[in-house]
Amino acid sequence: MIALRSRWAWALLPLVLLAALALMVARGGLLDFLRAGAPPVEELTFERVTLAPGNLRLTVVNGGPDPVTVAQVMVDEAFWTFTIEPGPTVHRLGRATVEIPYPWVENEAHKVALLTSTGLTFEHEIAVARESPTLDAGFFGIFSLIGLYVGILPIAIGLLWYPLLRGLERRWLHFVLALTAGLLIFLGADALHEALESGAAVAGAYQGTLIVLVGSVGTLLLLQAVAGARARREGAEGRRAVAWLIALGIGLHNLGEGLAIGASYALGEAALGAFLIIGFMLHNSTEGLAIVAPIAKDRPRISTLAALGALAGVPTILGACLGGVAYSPVLATLFLSVGAGAIAQVVIALYRTVARERESESVWTPLTAGGLVAGMLVMYGTGLLVAG
Amino acid sequence: MNHDERSPMSRRDLLRRGALGLAGVAAASRALSAAEQNLVRGAVSPPHGSHTPSNAATVGTVSGASIDPAVFLEHFDYGTVSRAAGGRTVREFRLHAVDREIEVAPGVWYPAWTYNGQVPGPTLRATEGDLVRVHFRNSGSHAHTIHFHGIHAARMDGVYEVVEPGQSYVYEFEARPFGLHPYHCHAVPLKRHIAKGLYGAFIVDPKTPRPPAREMVMMLNGFDTNFDASNEVYAVNTVPFAYHHRPIAVRRGELQRIYMVNVLEFDLLNSMHLHGNMFQVYRTGTKLVPDDFTDTVMFCQGERHILEFTYDEPGRFMFHAHQSEFAELGWMGVFEVSDGVIA
Repeated sequence: MIALRSRWAWALLPLVLLAALALMVARGGLLDFLRAGAPPVEELTFERVTLAPGNLRLTVVNGGPDPVTVAQVMVDEAFWTFTIEPGPTVHRLGRATVEIPYPWVENEAHKVALLTSTGLTFEHEIAVARESPTLDAGFFGIFSLIGLYVGILPIAIGLLWYPLLRGLERRWLHFVLALTAGLLIFLGADALHEALESGAAVAGAYQGTLIVLVGSVGTLLLLQAVAGARARREGAEGRRAVAWLIALGIGLHNLGEGLAIGASYALGEAALGAFLIIGFMLHNSTEGLAIVAPIAKDRPRISTLAALGALAGVPTILGACLGGVAYSPVLATLFLSVGAGAIAQVVIALYRTVARERESESVWTPLTAGGLVAGMLVMYGTGLLVAG
Repeated sequence: MNHDERSPMSRRDLLRRGALGLAGVAAASRALSAAEQNLVRGAVSPPHGSHTPSNAATVGTVSGASIDPAVFLEHFDYGTVSRAAGGRTVREFRLHAVDREIEVAPGVWYPAWTYNGQVPGPTLRATEGDLVRVHFRNSGSHAHTIHFHGIHAARMDGVYEVVEPGQSYVYEFEARPFGLHPYHCHAVPLKRHIAKGLYGAFIVDPKTPRPPAREMVMMLNGFDTNFDASNEVYAVNTVPFAYHHRPIAVRRGELQRIYMVNVLEFDLLNSMHLHGNMFQVYRTGTKLVPDDFTDTVMFCQGERHILEFTYDEPGRFMFHAHQSEFAELGWMGVFEVSDGVIA
């Protein structure tokens, strides 16, 4: 008993001392001494911009160490009247919403600058001004349709490769599994890239890069610990676990992308281009192939296939709605990095699956190596098609 | 400072485009209402309420500008007058440079360098032929000088005789030629020393005075509050929109004379445009016959003109830079013409 109590005491003592020290620094004027004469460090990040007829509304977050006071607002190099809620001074990690009655011009660019009390300016460019969607049934209808086309249909189409895969020889199946791994590596790298890019837009205090690190590595290890054991099991059960993991990884990835879609749509950041859908569906149908490849020999039920497709695709709708309603770069960064981590775990699981089936032989044959590269090339190629 | 939303083409961009393409498809489908199609095409134009002219200005009032624009407008410093041997008029002025934080737009503070704690510095006024003696003391944190435009000896030019903090210098010269001249600090870096507020107007009246008129001084200035070598704020006499929020009362039929000096930095040109009227332009004020009769006149950096006009009709008449950007960033004012007595 005594031994246990003293162990607790030893665990807590450094923490108590640390807290006391922190209090001393904060209260004892050391900070004032260190900062003597230095101007405050100001940082404002634009989190959300919505346009209504004759009105701009911007939400900013203060990611810097000091409070920031928004004194004036300029739109297109003109001072403009505005209101700011809850008040002009935004505290660390606080938010404020600036409302500007401005006669913005449809489809043209506008630049908003916030002038702070110290004379610093924080600028945001509205690249293409369009009215933001309002939250009604039509809004959710559109996002459901977007999600259906972008997330669910391509994956469902990809699942139709199942009968073909079922009839394949083992070595060609391994080729397809390697192809799948290639597709996933491409997706994972893409998610990581997007996460880092989105992380750069996050207010400084939220440390975007570290969100990516914690999100991706944390997810990888968590899935490895929780689901890895199942995926390592012999036979159909293990392969099914791998398929579920793939669907989950793709789903998480698509959730992050859905967020981005919803946000950019809400911000009116793009032009119309219906022909792109075709390339886009080709691009994403490979996700269906990735899900179905590990269980090709197992005759899964249709309902299982549907559930796998839903797990991978439906998050796109959820993400799009969420992004349209309340986009936050922090959330987008987190979801994208979680997706990257999940995909990395899936690639490991796929490697194990093939390795186990090949027993003592090397995993890497011309077919599997070629498959992996081919998978990445397919993604690259269909990506080009969309870009065209 | 902001994170630009536009980045090289990425998969997410493709998704956006694809998504919008789909939105187009969705709109085309009969399942959606007409309103939603509007939403997709964005075919809604802003209402006209947001066009109200009063929306296009700063919000709030300025109290810490170091000058009251209404007072500065018509205040002239004639100095301490004495007679030298031979009856010559001697005018002595005291200027000291001092650092001061000033409010350059409602709630926006700028670390200015000032003459006598004000931006612009006081408007000094003498008559041609007077002996002008300026006692300058530098109480600021950097070296400064006073460089007067006009005709004088080299050592009175305020360029090479740098006055270090804590030191003093006496500038002495004859006031000539008559006209409107700027004075400003000429310490290096020059641009920074002028932009931070070390400037003022120096009026030299002709020996035979100009006709009686209501006289005003307008310093066209601006402030680069974030030090990116371009101005955030433009103004007449430091406070943006000062005479827009509080119009200048003008008596109908009375001759108005403006001593207008451009001390703007970073922008090559400035201008003055008067509404509903035309003005006589006396370039540099060095002649008594006008050079031009117009409603828009251009000012290079350091250029200045005396403008004269009379309003025959009552009402509100705007005046502003015809660089619309400057006007909407603060260089805008209003003359309120009436028959009443000027307050």
